[in-house]
Amino acid sequence: MTTTPIQDPTQPDGISRRVRRVPVFDPVLLFAVLGICGASLLTLHLAGASVSGVSANYYVTRQATYFAVGIVLAAALSRIDYSRLRELKYGLYAVTIAGILLVSLVGSVARGSRRAVALPFFSFQASEVGKLLLVLALSAFVVDRIRRLGDRDTTGRVVLAALVPAALVMAQPDLGSALVYVVVLLAVLFTAGTSWRHFGGLFALATVAIGLVFVAAPAANITVLHQYQKDRLTAFLHPSNNPDRQGYQQDQSKIAVGAGQKTGRGDDATQTKLKFLPEAHTDFIFAVVGERYGFVGATLVLSLYALLIWRGLRILTLAKNLYGALVAAGIVAMLMFQVFVNVGMTIGIAPITGIPLPLMSYGGSSVITTLLAIGLLQSIYVQGRAAAAYKGRVLTY
Amino acid sequence: MSGYFTPEDRRPPITPALAVRVATLGFVALALFGIIFFRLWFLQVLAGDSYLSEANQNRVRDVAIAAPRGDIVDRNGTPIVDSRLANVVRIDPRSLPAAEQDAAAAWGQSAGELATRWEREQKALKAKRAKASKKELKKLPKPEKLAPLPPIPAMPVELRQRFAAIGKVLDMRVATIHKRVIQSLAIVPYGSITLRIDVPRTVVQYLQERKVSYPGVVSDTMFLRDYPHKTLAAQLLGNVGEVSDDELKTRHFRDVRGGTIVGKGGVEYTYDTYLRGRDGTRRLQVDSLGNFIGELSASGRQPKAGKTIKLTVDLGVQEAGQAAVRKGIQLARGNGHAAPAGAFVAMSPGSGEIYGMGSYPTFDPSLFTKPISDARYRALTSDSSGQPLVDRAVDGAYPTGSTFKPITALAALQSGAITPSFSVNDAGCIDIDANQERCNAKDEAYGTVDLANALKVSSDVYFYTLGKNLNSAHTETIQNMARKLGLGRRTGIDLPSAATGLIPDWKWREEVGKKERACRKERHIALTAAVGCGISDMRPWSVGDNVSLAVGQGDVQASPLQMAVAYSGIVSHGRVPKPRLGMAIEDSQQRTLQTIPASQARKVAISESSRDAVLAGLHAAASAPGGTSTAVWANWDQNRYPVFGKTGTAETSSGVDQSWYVCWIKDTTKPKDPGIVIAVTIEKGGFGAEAAAPAARLIASKFFNVKAELHQGTSQTR
Repeated sequence: MTTTPIQDPTQPDGISRRVRRVPVFDPVLLFAVLGICGASLLTLHLAGASVSGVSANYYVTRQATYFAVGIVLAAALSRIDYSRLRELKYGLYAVTIAGILLVSLVGSVARGSRRAVALPFFSFQASEVGKLLLVLALSAFVVDRIRRLGDRDTTGRVVLAALVPAALVMAQPDLGSALVYVVVLLAVLFTAGTSWRHFGGLFALATVAIGLVFVAAPAANITVLHQYQKDRLTAFLHPSNNPDRQGYQQDQSKIAVGAGQKTGRGDDATQTKLKFLPEAHTDFIFAVVGERYGFVGATLVLSLYALLIWRGLRILTLAKNLYGALVAAGIVAMLMFQVFVNVGMTIGIAPITGIPLPLMSYGGSSVITTLLAIGLLQSIYVQGRAAAAYKGRVLTY
Repeated sequence: MSGYFTPEDRRPPITPALAVRVATLGFVALALFGIIFFRLWFLQVLAGDSYLSEANQNRVRDVAIAAPRGDIVDRNGTPIVDSRLANVVRIDPRSLPAAEQDAAAAWGQSAGELATRWEREQKALKAKRAKASKKELKKLPKPEKLAPLPPIPAMPVELRQRFAAIGKVLDMRVATIHKRVIQSLAIVPYGSITLRIDVPRTVVQYLQERKVSYPGVVSDTMFLRDYPHKTLAAQLLGNVGEVSDDELKTRHFRDVRGGTIVGKGGVEYTYDTYLRGRDGTRRLQVDSLGNFIGELSASGRQPKAGKTIKLTVDLGVQEAGQAAVRKGIQLARGNGHAAPAGAFVAMSPGSGEIYGMGSYPTFDPSLFTKPISDARYRALTSDSSGQPLVDRAVDGAYPTGSTFKPITALAALQSGAITPSFSVNDAGCIDIDANQERCNAKDEAYGTVDLANALKVSSDVYFYTLGKNLNSAHTETIQNMARKLGLGRRTGIDLPSAATGLIPDWKWREEVGKKERACRKERHIALTAAVGCGISDMRPWSVGDNVSLAVGQGDVQASPLQMAVAYSGIVSHGRVPKPRLGMAIEDSQQRTLQTIPASQARKVAISESSRDAVLAGLHAAASAPGGTSTAVWANWDQNRYPVFGKTGTAETSSGVDQSWYVCWIKDTTKPKDPGIVIAVTIEKGGFGAEAAAPAARLIASKFFNVKAELHQGTSQTR
């Protein structure tokens, strides 16, 4: 039986080339990312004057450099079939652990924790890159055992694989990254289809563990969470009667955001200018936006993040294989969790955990990791679209 | 290159299970964004106003602009105290090296530590001293008034040159400048440092024209209390100074801000709320470290000057009074007495208005308008300088001598114990009881004297007799009359004084005896020992005590003001006025805002016949031949200005007598005018007629505007 190809009236020979035209990137995702990057540079420019000891645009130029490097890396990554990274799962996992251990051993101490290795141009924060590497490794582990997903053994192994790096970064101590690891783990397991029973079991175990950390360990004189971490975690529950540093930071941040009112204070934004707002260029950068541009500006930035998350979920559904879907799920969860905890922290509904606002907060490791994640999402998108176009056949570069 | 596929990896487009899970992830994301959105809505839209005001509170600091204090004027509107603008030279802390700032901070910290330790030690020492016996007490160090300060750190070389240049212009030592800088920086790290207050204008101009040579030196102005009459009425006015921490806790200064200049004594204290005015504010913008960013000009507040207080004092009488006391002291010294101090009161017996009131030695209150050195303050409060800060007119507590006799006489008359014609044969001495005899001064015998004559010649024997007859713990006739006339209690004058004086009685003897016994027990001194705590000899009340009281000797204590009030009560037919200094509150244009009314006088039952009898005696004493102060009033127009006066000469433990004179004089051509009551006393001044009475005449001369004549009396009665 012969088939007659569908005539494409737009083509001179009548043969449709539309299906062959595979997009090279997701423009909506790119728009959201570039929008956030632009917002970041503008906000850093505004907050720059509030950091003493550096010129006003010191952070802007450095952040722009990170963006450039990150976007180039992301573009390259989007050209590669992410599926091949699955083969490297043990290598990636080993690199994650090794990186964290390296930082723990030779890293420089900043504000009481050893999180980064000082390099000539910037300090490398292994736990940031580890977030993405862990997404890739965990997704691969899950895909390997997808047929035995119902086994408790599978869930147990994957959980263990995630908890090792989580425990290591916790020891640095970097509670925020550890929490991100756990969230990534849960998202990957959840998307893969792990049964609710297993989640119930995990929840029960977590409850016991928290009980041990907060009650049993102090009783036995073992330090799992540092006092400052406990203070941070509980400070947001009663911020105003907390006169110490944690409560002060969060109070000042809330005042900054609240004072922005509907349309922002513009150049009268004194909380940032007069240095009442702490860490204005990193952890509390959202408060700068909130004070200066008000509810309108804050909502605009949030919409860009919402767009990013929505695109991530969309790409999840477009992925050509389960690995892509799981990686996309891990990345979306990683970004969503960081956005929520960071913004929540500046507006007083989440504890201070030192989690940066992806792409907005100043910081090379975080920016490049996030952009690499975006590159991966683009790769999943491109691969998914190509697979649909070529019926899962080829995509060669 | 081919696509990378494994069987597990391949999946159908989207399974329903995955769709559910992705949808769940999507809902979670939506919920999280929703939470943030609504929280932002609450923070920025609903509660935005309150956060905005918090942000403004964060950055705005109010700095007070001191309001000029109100003036104090006399009853005719002549200023006694006013305020003037003075130039202040300061140094900007930003012009100093950071090392100086650090040195100051370190110094401040060690000063704080030192003060804490010192406070603890002083507390322990005081507790120890309270328990110690007299012998141990001598060995223990005395408690100090001021906390020690750590040594000022060494000065950097480059600062030495700068300070030397400034010091040359301001006439200050380099070390003094450095000390002021360190101390000021330690208290207010970023505040400008006051180097010198009240710098001549020419010096300020010189500095301003050479700003480059004197980097960081700035000048501005401040209001200083000004005393055009120098030492006049110093104790009555009181001095001003920065409010202390302890004062801030009191009710009197409850709405005062720290650092405000307030009245520390006298009228300045009593009427502080009116005089103080209201400080203005400058609104400054600061950053999170408190660094000054700029001034918010729109929202400041101008200072409001204090109100003027008009006093009842007459500047002329006041001046004459102070000069008269000095004259009296001169007279006493001419007689070979030490006469270190004295005081006078001139008041209206009707309304209680004080025409003049002064105390010698005195001081210049302008000393307190600038920071006073410890040495100078110690000198002002030491015994060797005669404690010039003490207002002896109000707070002095002296035995009154014979000026008390009219009170005894009134008590006797009112109680019905005697009539004006009651006579005593004064043989010079009288037996009080089996083993006690009391005599007149120099054992002089006056023969048979009635009340008028007894007052005229100041017969002790007559009043001893009254004291002996009226001794009764039950009725306390003399004590009650004295108390009703205002002795042994607060006069209620509008000054921060709690002086009561003392009218001794049976109960008081009992109390001091108890105190002495308790003290001896504490210090382990035998009850039989001759020397104890010095509170009392622990004997019970005796008739001798009452006899002493009747002539104002012994334990009785009163201030010149109390005596003036008591005499006012007598001459005003038993209406004992409440003395007062404040007459009205005025604005800066001397328009009356509020008059300060005279308080209701306390009423004492004194019959006309009793009053007439006593006044007859007092007039005879000042005018009749043989009267104790007749000589003092020689050439005085007794018809127009009849004098009713009593000398007093009180024995004191020092051996030299306290010289007293209290009198009432009235202008008979003005029947409605109550005249004037004058009380003068001179410590260790000898006989009343010798020192105090001539001074009283000088005051009266000024008041009635007659030619002043100085006559020293010769009467040597007590």
